[in-house]
Amino acid sequence: MSKIGVFVCHCGENISATVDCVKVAETAGKYDGVTFSIDYKYMCSDPGQTIIKNAIKEKGLTGVVVASCSPRMHEPTFRKACAEAGLNPYMCEMANLREHCSWVHEKGEETTEKAIDLVRILVEKIKYNQSLDAIKVPVTKTALVIGGGIAGIQASLDIANTGHKVILIEKDPSIGGHMSQLSETFPTLDCSQCILTPRMVEVAQHPDITLYTYAELESLEGFIGNFKAKIRRKSKSIDEKLCTGCGLCTTKCPNKKIPSEFNEGLGTRPAIYVPFPQAVPNKPVIDKVNCTYYTKGKCRVCEKVCPTQAIRFDQEDQIVEVEIGAIVIATGFTVKQPDFFPEYGYGKYPDVITGLQFERLASASGPTLGEIKRPSDGKIPEKIVFVACAGSRDQAKGIPYCSKICCMYIAKHAMLYQHKVHGGKSYVFYMDIRAGGKMYEEFVRRAIEDDGVNYVRGRISRIYEKNGKLIVNGADTLLNAMPVEIEADMVVLATAGVANEGAEELAQKLHVSYDPYHFFAEAHPKLKPVETNTAGIFLAGACQAPRDIPESVAMASGAAVKVAALFSQDELTREPLIAVVNRQAAPVYSSCVGCFLCQSACPYQAIEREDIKNRAGEVIKSVAKVNPGLCQGCGTCVAFCRTKSIDIQGYTHEQVYSEVMALLNEY
Amino acid sequence: MADFEPKIVAFVCNWCTYAGADLTGTSRIKYASNVRIIRFPCTGRIDYMLLLKAFDEGADGIMISGCHPNDCHYTSGNFHARRRWIMFRSLCEFIGIDTRRIIFSWVSAAEGARWAELVNSTVASIRELGPYNEYQNIAKKSVMEVNNG
Repeated sequence: MSKIGVFVCHCGENISATVDCVKVAETAGKYDGVTFSIDYKYMCSDPGQTIIKNAIKEKGLTGVVVASCSPRMHEPTFRKACAEAGLNPYMCEMANLREHCSWVHEKGEETTEKAIDLVRILVEKIKYNQSLDAIKVPVTKTALVIGGGIAGIQASLDIANTGHKVILIEKDPSIGGHMSQLSETFPTLDCSQCILTPRMVEVAQHPDITLYTYAELESLEGFIGNFKAKIRRKSKSIDEKLCTGCGLCTTKCPNKKIPSEFNEGLGTRPAIYVPFPQAVPNKPVIDKVNCTYYTKGKCRVCEKVCPTQAIRFDQEDQIVEVEIGAIVIATGFTVKQPDFFPEYGYGKYPDVITGLQFERLASASGPTLGEIKRPSDGKIPEKIVFVACAGSRDQAKGIPYCSKICCMYIAKHAMLYQHKVHGGKSYVFYMDIRAGGKMYEEFVRRAIEDDGVNYVRGRISRIYEKNGKLIVNGADTLLNAMPVEIEADMVVLATAGVANEGAEELAQKLHVSYDPYHFFAEAHPKLKPVETNTAGIFLAGACQAPRDIPESVAMASGAAVKVAALFSQDELTREPLIAVVNRQAAPVYSSCVGCFLCQSACPYQAIEREDIKNRAGEVIKSVAKVNPGLCQGCGTCVAFCRTKSIDIQGYTHEQVYSEVMALLNEY
Repeated sequence: MADFEPKIVAFVCNWCTYAGADLTGTSRIKYASNVRIIRFPCTGRIDYMLLLKAFDEGADGIMISGCHPNDCHYTSGNFHARRRWIMFRSLCEFIGIDTRRIIFSWVSAAEGARWAELVNSTVASIRELGPYNEYQNIAKKSVMEVNNG
């Protein structure tokens, strides 16, 4: 006979404001098998957990139903509490009275009735729960970091410095990411390359980091501690062992008119190229799309001039298979290409540029060697307009969120402009100035007060060209929406930060969730910001949402600690919610008839064949057997089985049928 | 019929729709209180005999929801669920079960508002269809037919 305890939580007033918790506890107390029920203000608090523990010990409870928040929030908390009181943790279930009931319905009898139903479902389920033991699996102590921007670099170094192996993959020919493109960084105005490139070199030289540039994740299998990844190393058409990085090929390549990705199209590069002078690794790749030999079948100049014969036109992509225990996703973000602003004339007027392009103009390593010159004629702009929120916070453009970094980098751009162009006039059109961060507000004030940047609160309606000037039409909302017209020489759009193209496919490869904007989803918005819903996969940097450098670095270090904690164990414990094939006494052995439909359904190849032999060693029956190390507990096999011989612990036939029956047969 | 409150059972997967419904909660979006969620690891786990059981026990409507195609936490469970649903639906039509009462859908962990809309539209359509009394009659009739050979 079950002795079930029901513990109803008020969650402060989160639940009790709409649900009559006292009534829920009273009603549950009358159910068959329930020997104890109580309501309490905060079940998850220390005194709340003590109530549960004491009840388990004093009343000898065989099952615990906690009616509180979502099990996705506090299931581990309450299972742990049960275990501490000597009850098997899998004899604890949670009814979701908060997210699925009190927060989504109005106060009233119907809401309390629903709460009672949700409790009853789990009271009936728990009667069929079984004590389970956690599964132990080994850990492969190598991490895969995807993306070699500042977040990926930081995560790789932090993990490698704990003594574990790291494989860092980067899709571009060099690591460095967006940070390597920046001129100076806010709020200190220190040079981005100066602080970044030593880290890049450290990655390349670290004995525990294997760096694969020009490489992408092909596929991923497995689970926490035991992933298997296939990495596609795209052909660079170079033998990296022979190449010395002398750069002769890049100077002799006849095809030099290709827009440089690193310079955001403001400069050019040859078809065989190193993206930027400080690239790591500092060895060229051939861009097959633009190479004359690959497109027209002749040229091979680079091959002729290479002093070490390192050019390999016949090199093919290589697939590398690696075993890893944890993954850090640090794929970053991209800026919205502003061609979806026809009103701002991007693409039509060469002097309307993006913030990232301005970074290249202001950078000492950029196409103008740090002089602010406009792209159309190379003249120094005397009047410049910066447009904040180009796309961000704009429902109509489908980007309702704030891109977060733009307010700060615009202040920096305007400041850099004022420092470099003496007597120049700069205007910033903004909606609000969001300068939350250490020394950030002070930085913006400096731009306004010390450097004389004109901040105009209002949006731009239109930009058009007239007599060689860009006419910027806007309104000053602090002056009663007075129309403002500025004849500018150059306009910089702070375009929205958006998820990378292909982020969705990567999420699907990794089985992690993503939000409606295709940024990767964290496991909990506050308490698990670097974890994903998939155990063993962590997030760092702007792949989760737009982030600035300090935040990306902090997040990367956070993710690295999570990986290091995982690798500090030799064995992991996994939830035992896996499939099992029933076993019976001889001569039946199992109701399994050996059709192996389950094997065809299993996405993890977790179902094996077991031969049952008699004493003479002859096979008398072949039945399915689940490998507990591989089974992930999806239960697809359970629904496939024609003889109901395979079942999944935690969601057994008995449990789910009793839930359905409990739900509809009211007491 | 105005005071008819349909009983609806929702079979949802843990990773997408259950989490999506959690998001509806954290976003404080209000919706009809007729639906009771039963949590599964994956829609691939759902044995469709449970649907018949739910009708047996007096459900007026059923919802099944999991991850969008390609988003399954377990790679392919939702594809199995979808394929099984197509088969099961034609069986239902053959034996005379009203398939308008079974709503099969995808709701991701990010679609809190969509879950609220889906519940509201399901409750409205089941309310219009009324209580599912015919099912009991079909069930009784088929039992009689079996008994009579």
